[in-house]
Amino acid sequence: MPAKYHIHTEPAPPRFRPVGKLGIVDWREDCAGCHNCVKKSCVYGFYRKEADILHDEPGYLDYIYQCKGCLTCVQNCTKGILTRVVNPEYMQLGDSYYTPDIILTTWFQAETGKIPVSGSGYGGPFSGPGFDSMWTDMSEIVRPTRDGIHGREYISTSVDIGRTLPYLSFQDGQPTASPPTLIEIPFPVIFDVVPEPWQKGAICYSVIRAASEIGLMAIVPGDEIPAESGHIIPLYRNAEDAPTSADNSAAMVMLADSPNVVSVQKSLKEKNPDQIVAVRAPATPKSHKRAVELTREGVEVIQFDFDPHGMEHESSDPRHLRDVMREIHGALVREGIRDEVTLIASGGIALAEHAAKAIICGANLVAVDIPLMVALECRLCGECERGEICPVDLARIEPEYAVRRIVNLMGAWYNQMLEMLGAMGIREVRRLRGETGRSMFFEDLERDNFGRLFGKRKDRIGA
Amino acid sequence: MNAAQAAVLSTPTEKKRPTPDYSEVSRAVRPAPSRYRNEIGKFSIHRASTCIRCRRCVEICPYGVHSSPDGDGLIVRPQDYRCIGFDCSNTEHYCIEACPQGALSLLRNPAFDTLGDCRWTGDLLAATWAMAETGRIPPSHLESEIGNSGGGFDRLYFRYPDHPPADIRREDISTEILLNKRKDTRPKIKIDVPWYGGGMSFGSTNIRALLGRSRSATAWNTFTSTGEGGYHERLIPYSDHIITQVATGLFGVREDTIQRAPIVELKYAQGAKPGLGGHLLGDKNTPEVARMREAVVGTSLFSPFPFHSVYSIEDHKKHLDWISHVNPRALLSAKVSTPADIDMVAVGVYCAGAHIVHIDGSYGGTGAAPNIAKKNIAMPIEYAINQVHRFLLGEGVRDEINVIASGGIRTPADMAKAIALGADGVVIGTAELVALGCVRCGCCESGRGCARGICTTDTELLEMVTIDWCTQRLVNMYNAWREMLIDILYRLGLDSVTALRGRTDLLGHLDYEE
Repeated sequence: MPAKYHIHTEPAPPRFRPVGKLGIVDWREDCAGCHNCVKKSCVYGFYRKEADILHDEPGYLDYIYQCKGCLTCVQNCTKGILTRVVNPEYMQLGDSYYTPDIILTTWFQAETGKIPVSGSGYGGPFSGPGFDSMWTDMSEIVRPTRDGIHGREYISTSVDIGRTLPYLSFQDGQPTASPPTLIEIPFPVIFDVVPEPWQKGAICYSVIRAASEIGLMAIVPGDEIPAESGHIIPLYRNAEDAPTSADNSAAMVMLADSPNVVSVQKSLKEKNPDQIVAVRAPATPKSHKRAVELTREGVEVIQFDFDPHGMEHESSDPRHLRDVMREIHGALVREGIRDEVTLIASGGIALAEHAAKAIICGANLVAVDIPLMVALECRLCGECERGEICPVDLARIEPEYAVRRIVNLMGAWYNQMLEMLGAMGIREVRRLRGETGRSMFFEDLERDNFGRLFGKRKDRIGA
Repeated sequence: MNAAQAAVLSTPTEKKRPTPDYSEVSRAVRPAPSRYRNEIGKFSIHRASTCIRCRRCVEICPYGVHSSPDGDGLIVRPQDYRCIGFDCSNTEHYCIEACPQGALSLLRNPAFDTLGDCRWTGDLLAATWAMAETGRIPPSHLESEIGNSGGGFDRLYFRYPDHPPADIRREDISTEILLNKRKDTRPKIKIDVPWYGGGMSFGSTNIRALLGRSRSATAWNTFTSTGEGGYHERLIPYSDHIITQVATGLFGVREDTIQRAPIVELKYAQGAKPGLGGHLLGDKNTPEVARMREAVVGTSLFSPFPFHSVYSIEDHKKHLDWISHVNPRALLSAKVSTPADIDMVAVGVYCAGAHIVHIDGSYGGTGAAPNIAKKNIAMPIEYAINQVHRFLLGEGVRDEINVIASGGIRTPADMAKAIALGADGVVIGTAELVALGCVRCGCCESGRGCARGICTTDTELLEMVTIDWCTQRLVNMYNAWREMLIDILYRLGLDSVTALRGRTDLLGHLDYEE
């Protein structure tokens, strides 16, 4: 068996106590002062330490909201003075897209490197906007392979970045053209440019280091290329700024889309044919046309950038990445040129499941940004943008620790990707690209099942 | 005073709670109060120290919130989970106003507002606890039919006629279903209620809870399933009502456990983790669990996915043939998850000779599973049921096989909707655990296991419940479920649950135009 890609994880406990969800408080007076207070028999041993914590820790409220919420003490209290409450700070975390649950689960993964597991079924809404209105399929019998416990040991998550030949041709037994350069990365995720509010301290450096450690790539602004540039993709916001010298050692560069981007791309390719030149374009209602144009012009890689919530730009009625990527992928397939270009989707990839779903919708891989910041304990509180003090002091984060947290998150994402691929019976993630046959969309299921029974829905459904 | 109120009133209070005699396995409803001192309800009533023990509140409250059990004038702390809340202010028995000292105050219980989630709301949890305690339809201040998920069962509703036919009486309505519809020589097993218990393994679940489930199934002439942890010998007295599950790990699967069972269930997949294998953590693999599973103590036990002996539809047939030959009297069930082409899977199950195709939707499950799987893999059961029903009808085989649905059946209303969509019956799991006091904290796999003593093998935690208490809670819940199902059938004008199957014309959907 060949060496298998593996992301080594090890615990990286939080520097600051995470914002918890539930806590137990006295909500009435009249405590009987029981010697054997029910809180002392907490199954998790949580409240046995409470008195010590009161003395030693400044953030007592941070401590009490780490409760698991089993309610046993609330229900056993002699006087019934205990109650369970939801931490108001928890409710304020994130926003409508990066929900408190997403932030907590990202922290857990960054700390442990493990897949989040829980019991008693799913408790969320039936469906929702965007990625929450699709399910991935599974197969009862067919597996990627019969070897191993789950058949997942042989699943490949590698993807290629670059252009592939539409077909091979031979003359006198020899190929008539050599295949273009491809970059193979072991997991279909790259790290996007660190958003502006987080460009401080060691964060950018840590993101690059983490990418390097697990064989992925990080996009960095073209004017901030660090010395060790093996795993970086310089991004030039103005295509003209891209260095045209052949000694640019980066295996791949990225140019922001502009009217003359194709000529700059061609010029770069002439100087350095082995360098992959990607174009980064905002996702808009016209993206499918732009994707066809750029591909026909020979662009090898296109990154479509959505807003942080995965919505397209320049639209009064923006659609989610789910629908826009399907449209782009479909347009390229209809033109017969889909295999000639690598599509990267960025913006709104908040969870491992989003990466898999974006690929099902047509992307070859995804670029992530905000989840990496959340992995570093960011609370998305926006204090820094208002000039206030960062509650987790991100500017002074140690690079070693930051790298460990990001690597842990990717380790957990990797294992979740394997779970989904294994369930779908797909042996490599390359085959998942645009494979909507391995998914189920809310609007299709509604139409095919309830639509037959109840006619027309009142609302527009889908993303 | 209605029957529910009478049952509540007859409940012993906390100070002198007699131990009921649960030695018989009977479907008789008997009060089975919460095992906790403070059951959680929607409202909280506080009695201040200005109370003069005039007993006015005891006299007027019809819900048993206030009581003075010893007759010595002492009034115990209000059993406020029974309180119906501010609606009571419109009645003549509103204790808050009746108290001459103004010593009573009514608030919404803050703990209640932290209960539950979109699918199992606080109301549904409290309603299930009420059913398990009283055996009756929950009080009307608790929403006991739908949750707040925004789709599926929570948006479906029944189109009740204005007046049910006059010739139908509740006591004549049948809730039994036949589990063998094939024209073969195997037993024509009927169950008295259109549901049975889903697989929960010994190892994942407290043996006392498993015994409670078995005894309740026996009392109600239905079934429960071993799950894949093997067939514990303490379940043998109830073997006429226990399904042996043959799952991919084949833990504890032997000829004798197959031969003992009236129904054998081949578990291909499960809704909680469709397409994924199982994993019993090493900590839960105690000596007794290891003995049952024929494994080494303390090691993590993996159930592969799928059966490594089933590569094709032909192998699936051979698999059923194997069980069929080992136990010539067993009915055969195949438990599958809900992929996009579940209809074809169901026909394959039929063609291989099964009596039951058990489709397990993606949102259910009781045991610990990766969150990514529970939320994203396979379709919700609401879609799958009618897809399977229609396809089997089209193939002309619908009346030869039972379609049993599970994975998100929380209430009798969900069950009735599933049957109206085309299922013959349902399998329940989480509802049973909630009846036993589960609060869905989701920490089944943490540390020593379930902090509520239900899903654990920890010797100290399993002492939190008794077999008799588990049995009675489930017997009560079953009775309430049956009463609520009969009420739905009566209001629809149907004389049996089998008449409801596939009656999609009786359903409406709130998100669709009329």
